[in-house]
Amino acid sequence: MTESPVAASGSTLLMVGTRKGLFLARSEDRATWAIEGPAFAMNAVYAVAVDTRRETPRLLVGADSEHWGPSVFHSDDLGASWEETEGGALRFPAETGAALARAWQLQPAGADQPDVVYAGVEPAALFRSDDGGATFSLVEGLWDHPHRPRWQPGGGGLCLHTVVPHPTDADRVLVAVSAAGAYRTEDGGKSWQASNAGIQALHQPDPFPEFGQCVHKIARNPSRPDEMFLQNHGGVYRSRDGGEHWETIEDGLPATFGFPMVAHPHTPGTAYAFPLVADAHRMPPEDRLRVWRTTDGGDSWHGLDAGLPREPAYSTVLRDAMCADDEPTAGVYFGTRGGDVFGSADEGETWGSVARYLPDILSLRAARVP
Amino acid sequence: MTATQVQVRVPASLRSYTGGRPVVDVDIAALGGAPTVGTLLDHLAAVHPDLERRVRDEQRRLRRHVNVFVGTENVRDLSEQGTPVVGGDEVAIIPAVSGGT
Repeated sequence: MTESPVAASGSTLLMVGTRKGLFLARSEDRATWAIEGPAFAMNAVYAVAVDTRRETPRLLVGADSEHWGPSVFHSDDLGASWEETEGGALRFPAETGAALARAWQLQPAGADQPDVVYAGVEPAALFRSDDGGATFSLVEGLWDHPHRPRWQPGGGGLCLHTVVPHPTDADRVLVAVSAAGAYRTEDGGKSWQASNAGIQALHQPDPFPEFGQCVHKIARNPSRPDEMFLQNHGGVYRSRDGGEHWETIEDGLPATFGFPMVAHPHTPGTAYAFPLVADAHRMPPEDRLRVWRTTDGGDSWHGLDAGLPREPAYSTVLRDAMCADDEPTAGVYFGTRGGDVFGSADEGETWGSVARYLPDILSLRAARVP
Repeated sequence: MTATQVQVRVPASLRSYTGGRPVVDVDIAALGGAPTVGTLLDHLAAVHPDLERRVRDEQRRLRRHVNVFVGTENVRDLSEQGTPVVGGDEVAIIPAVSGGT
């Protein structure tokens, strides 16, 4: 295990984005939680972020109104007040002919770039902010990629839903698009190359195309950044070379379909998944809520369900509805489309309820805050 | 409102972008030589940008679940943003019933 961060005073904040607004859960002990909300009521909150690189943590939210369109907000007082980015911030240039449908991901970059925040959006594109999320501009190198006109949408639309910045090398970023697969840049976004070698595309005649995979989520451990874990639309993979090549890591998993993938915040080789039976049967195996963890880089997986409900469960956990916090003993959280949020304060060994009866859980992020 | 103005009715959920006002009066002369719903919304983009971008996206297309009426006629049944407006018209921005979640 690498060196863990030292717990500071304060509490753990869990941002809970739902189909009908944002809820904020706070806890001193990660066992009992106080829930506030909803903010942005009736807005779908697909993207949340806690930016702890700043002296004062900044909360970021992408909120979509069915009527009035999407926008991005931030708060520097832990959610007491929210400021909308100027002009809605994420706006496609006129010459693209595109219009923002949704912010799918708001992702702070590495600690060496404290003002850089990435946004992955629908239609599939990457935006970058150099002022902490106040304003954004289109990353044209990816927008101009010759593959882009041939990208096909997944079930959620043609969206760039995952941004994985390198923790120490500002030039290296990996993104995932449904259903185009992974792309990576090593020159700060000027050029991008498909990064899907070894990932199977189950819905194409060529099972290993250069692009067109339906990658659902990618996670990386910041202390071993070349190792990444990937949940595909059928298939679980790892890369140990920064995404150049991928290999399956499915031994021990009850199923290979699913949406989220979470890397442990400071223990390399440890990651969490939430498998579903299959594309055509999107329910947990054995109808049981159960998180699966590897601690050996994906060579083996083990189910974790102590404290989770014993009743049959049929709900899905969406791609951003699982996360870890940054505590020395990591907390892990997941939320269901049925509106339940569960948390573990001991790396997944035991679980408890954080919140119940919320709208569908779309996005979770957690961190210790003052 | 006078015959030289267009009266824009703003739904309650957007009045935070008009200082709380339910109606915005716009001089027809501010809309150019051939005033339309489009030039009216262009004008709103200049004076109330946070209101306008909730009615149209960044490519100036009407959002899917927003309706704009001139009098009692939905502009989608007329000429969309090319629908003419004249002094004395009432233009209403109304969320569509289809946009719930």
